[in-house]
Amino acid sequence: MSITVRYFASLSEVLNKSEEKLETTTALDIKEVWNQLNPDKIMPNNTLVAINMAYVEMGQTVQIDDELAFFPPVTGGAL
Amino acid sequence: MKIKIIEAELNPWQEMEHYQANMTTLSGKFGATNIFVGTMRDFNEGDVVTSMTLEHYSGMTEKQLAKIIEKTEQQYAILDVLLIHRVGLLLPNQPIVLIAVWAVHRGDAFDACRNIMEALKSSAPFWKKENLIEGSRWVTKNTQGYQT
Repeated sequence: MSITVRYFASLSEVLNKSEEKLETTTALDIKEVWNQLNPDKIMPNNTLVAINMAYVEMGQTVQIDDELAFFPPVTGGAL
Repeated sequence: MKIKIIEAELNPWQEMEHYQANMTTLSGKFGATNIFVGTMRDFNEGDVVTSMTLEHYSGMTEKQLAKIIEKTEQQYAILDVLLIHRVGLLLPNQPIVLIAVWAVHRGDAFDACRNIMEALKSSAPFWKKENLIEGSRWVTKNTQGYQT
């Protein structure tokens, strides 16, 4: 049982990874997931979070089998 | 409504022609079509930009764009929307994004198109990395849409 964790753009570059799995038997808080996978890295203040491809607030709980994504502010479209 | 994320070069005018030719059920029903095309510039923040790489969160991007359009459809009386966004490597002068909105009246077409574009910029999971003459950098902030 696990949570899939994805990282995008500059955050992926800084962490030098784009996807990993966290083995767990219980639901976890988003910050707990980050801290377990990135114990020596502080999450940037402007980090956005999505669970199963929908934006969520940082206090949300991540369930087993969820896909959790961390990414920087978005910059699409034309400037 | 149609949403496409593409890596190939975008020709917005061909896409418009093709899409509208197949909008047979709306024939005679719309009085206004508003089109926005975003194009890659060769400069930003005082630097020459030689190319740009657009990353996105495949799957979430499409979901988020659909949400934006559905919300816009609740706010404005519009009949149809075509949204195409490039990802991957882009060169200056290449179109990045096409948003076309069909409505009975121009006010809804103009406002809905603007609304979709602004919502896209603030919430669709795309990220730009600019390649400069020396090095590259992630674009970290969006502009307000006007010359400053």
